[in-house]
Amino acid sequence: MPNLKRRHLVLGTIGAVGALVVGWSALPARQRLIPSGPLPIAPGQAALNGWVKVSVDNTVTLVMSQSEMGQGVHTALAMLLADEMEADLVQVRLEQSGDDPIYNNLTAVVDSLPFQPEDHGVVKRATRHMVGKLLREIPGLNGTGGSSSVNDQWLALRKAGASARLLLIAAAADTWSVPAAECSAEAGRVLHASGRSASFGELALRAAQLTLPTDVALKDPSRFKLIGRPVRRIDNAAKLNGTATFGIDALPPDLLYASVTMCPTLGGKVARFDAAAALKLSGVRKVVSFDPVGAGLAGVGSTSGGVAVIADTPYHAIRAIEKVTVEWDHGPAAAVSSRDVAAGLAQALDSQPGKAHFETGDLAAALKSAARTIDAEYRVPMLAHATMEPMNCTVQFKDGAATLWAATQAPGSARAAVAKALGIKAEKVTLIVPYLGGGFGRRYFTDFLEQAAVVARLADGAPVQLLWSREQDMTHDFYRPIVVSRHRAGLDSQGRLVAWQSTGAGPSMGLPGLLQAALLIGAYDTGYAFPNARIAYHVSESPLPAGIWRSVAHSQNAFFTESFIDEVAAAAAQDPVAFRTTLLTGDPRMTHVLLRAAELSGWGQPLAPAPDGARKARGIGLHRAFGSVVAQVAEVSIGEARQIRVHRVICVLDCGFPVNPNLIRQQVEGGLIYGLSAALHGEITVDKGQVQQTNFHDYAPVRMRECPAIQTDIIASSEHPQGVGEVGTPPIAPAVANAVFALTGQRLRSLPLTLA
Amino acid sequence: MTALNINGKRTTVEAEPETPLLWVLRGELRLVGTKYGCGKALCGACTVHLDGQPIRSCVTPLSVAQGHDITTIEGVQGPEIDALRRAWTEIDVVQCGYCQSGQLMSACALLKKTPQPSDADIDSAMNGNICRCGTYPRIRAAIHRAAVP
Repeated sequence: MPNLKRRHLVLGTIGAVGALVVGWSALPARQRLIPSGPLPIAPGQAALNGWVKVSVDNTVTLVMSQSEMGQGVHTALAMLLADEMEADLVQVRLEQSGDDPIYNNLTAVVDSLPFQPEDHGVVKRATRHMVGKLLREIPGLNGTGGSSSVNDQWLALRKAGASARLLLIAAAADTWSVPAAECSAEAGRVLHASGRSASFGELALRAAQLTLPTDVALKDPSRFKLIGRPVRRIDNAAKLNGTATFGIDALPPDLLYASVTMCPTLGGKVARFDAAAALKLSGVRKVVSFDPVGAGLAGVGSTSGGVAVIADTPYHAIRAIEKVTVEWDHGPAAAVSSRDVAAGLAQALDSQPGKAHFETGDLAAALKSAARTIDAEYRVPMLAHATMEPMNCTVQFKDGAATLWAATQAPGSARAAVAKALGIKAEKVTLIVPYLGGGFGRRYFTDFLEQAAVVARLADGAPVQLLWSREQDMTHDFYRPIVVSRHRAGLDSQGRLVAWQSTGAGPSMGLPGLLQAALLIGAYDTGYAFPNARIAYHVSESPLPAGIWRSVAHSQNAFFTESFIDEVAAAAAQDPVAFRTTLLTGDPRMTHVLLRAAELSGWGQPLAPAPDGARKARGIGLHRAFGSVVAQVAEVSIGEARQIRVHRVICVLDCGFPVNPNLIRQQVEGGLIYGLSAALHGEITVDKGQVQQTNFHDYAPVRMRECPAIQTDIIASSEHPQGVGEVGTPPIAPAVANAVFALTGQRLRSLPLTLA
Repeated sequence: MTALNINGKRTTVEAEPETPLLWVLRGELRLVGTKYGCGKALCGACTVHLDGQPIRSCVTPLSVAQGHDITTIEGVQGPEIDALRRAWTEIDVVQCGYCQSGQLMSACALLKKTPQPSDADIDSAMNGNICRCGTYPRIRAAIHRAAVP
């Protein structure tokens, strides 16, 4: 199939330059079984490799680098280890990992390099190899994001489990003076043909004295006991009885509480403040100011500076912060409105061609010879993450060392950022990562952690829990940015697509030059075989803070692409599913997912009306993201108040080998509902640099009454597991918009979807 | 000092009478299973029972709670919550889990009042509880499962 080609080869140059380091580059990337230093060990515990410890009390401890924010990763990763180790899942405990490079999540980085999935060329392979190899040498790249945890640790944890099993078997064989080949492991015990057996706990200390086998055979999938099954979550019980500990639940002794007010103008700071009235209130210890904190690598802009009250109880802090008067230095964003930013982007596209990151064929000639062309402009607004747990962090800074309780997606960055803020070495920061009350990308940023550290430094050694109110959280985010995108398609006289052009406009998100191609994920790697195409992006920066938001650029590009494909199909007077299949000639996986969704949804068959008699229609969205393919068919009607109602959504997903179908279904449902909130309601607006939405009344997520029924079908696959946590989000907005078009003839080209 | 009945136990707390019950629970009493989500009775994460009725503790002053039986996720008991927890586990409802204390307290109050709720009953009782992970379809299914006699 015709494949969109990268226009420039700088990424390849990176690979080529790296390749000059001949001896080093020829070696495989550093192994992930043994860390560079020994793991911390409790009495009676033995480390069998860098991922697993076994204790004489028969607990198996999995060293966990990934953050649990709802996506079920603790359960999925524990399954990988336990299955190969033949441990019982109930004996597995988790312990926070350090920042050793063996825990680096490089899949998130390497898979986001802007290459076509179909590209199997030497440049792509060399670049991926070199980037992965280089980053394996840097400690602390252990983030949870990019729907990558299971993908990244699929082999590492299975090898860790298998090698631990072999050690325990060897220890038993030694003890019993029998050949290891006569022993096997099952449910946390080593068994011998004679009927003798010993628990892992009984063998642990002896096993740790033996030499770790590094070349281990992994199970054939037919022998999996846990992997591939709908195993229940290991965090259920604690999350149902109130004992699960989130960031906000850290309770060290002598805990103080901090509440903050930040400059309402994004990125602004404190000019001066008067704390006299606040200090008169009971329970107030201190009132301090702090500076703005930058986005770091996950976005652009900064969180505003502000003032914090440190008090004895949460309410004393909340009550007192209202009494602090602050004069703000509003900064450059004070003149900015979201309406102007969007208008500016559209205006820029009138004259700017954008930088073409992907091109194929001869677009100009194809457009010139086309029987007809179709043009459209699409827009998406800013979005807040609005995790249920507002940003917070607890820090104790005492004797030159810090302890940090931080619900973070990026432990390595968190440790480094807080160390820098406190002027200490990263080794002096002890990090505890509790459960995250939602992440969605927001907790990849370290602004709230640095802020908490700076405030806690002034608390005379006491631990301080700094908590943002919902209002502070909503108005001080790194938002999904405003993007405007222009599209042009050409059809020949038979209604075949002969030309495809898209030009997005928005901020760079901090990405340099050619890496800005990453802002077009979901636009260039669609799987559609466009014969003549140009996919471009025009960078126009604004002072509005922006950052990664569940599914990143897929969230807007899927809306643009899948809506416009539908428009073009309608212009060609073709069925939306049939039209897509003509463009998927080279991609059987996408075709299969698309046709399966059509089949399960009864595509083309009559739909029963809604309970109130309103007519329903279907719309489809197909998307490829994070290595997975997902199609969604939404059944939609229009209510009496002209509101868009989504009754049912059929989802079909191909995510490679389904490690836990139950968790996968959860994520597809959750991702879809997150995307539906954005499709139907989500919009952050800015006036004079200030966010106008403050809480859930004016930034309204989907609630129970509005939530559709969701049916998810997972395609059987034996391929390497791919991303799951974010893939449900991108296709729902176009699926609903396409259904609205089928129902009303109105083409809605901006989010949130609103009928005229 | 204010006397409170929390989870069947009499307790006295020092907080001022205007203090929202949520912050008394989370601060002084260290019952942190009840969560802060919005502070404006918009999200339901802070739901507890006052004499068996679901209330938003973030907007309920201590003075209002005084003299009533307050039940939190740590202390809630009975056949309804047992059935709900079982159903929640069997259906794997939770994701991040942050809103789930509030979801369960709302669902428990619903089942006590309406042992066999319809979908419309579930909509009414649960619409005030936001979940950003999108566990709504499973919450609905789990309430129906827990309601099976």
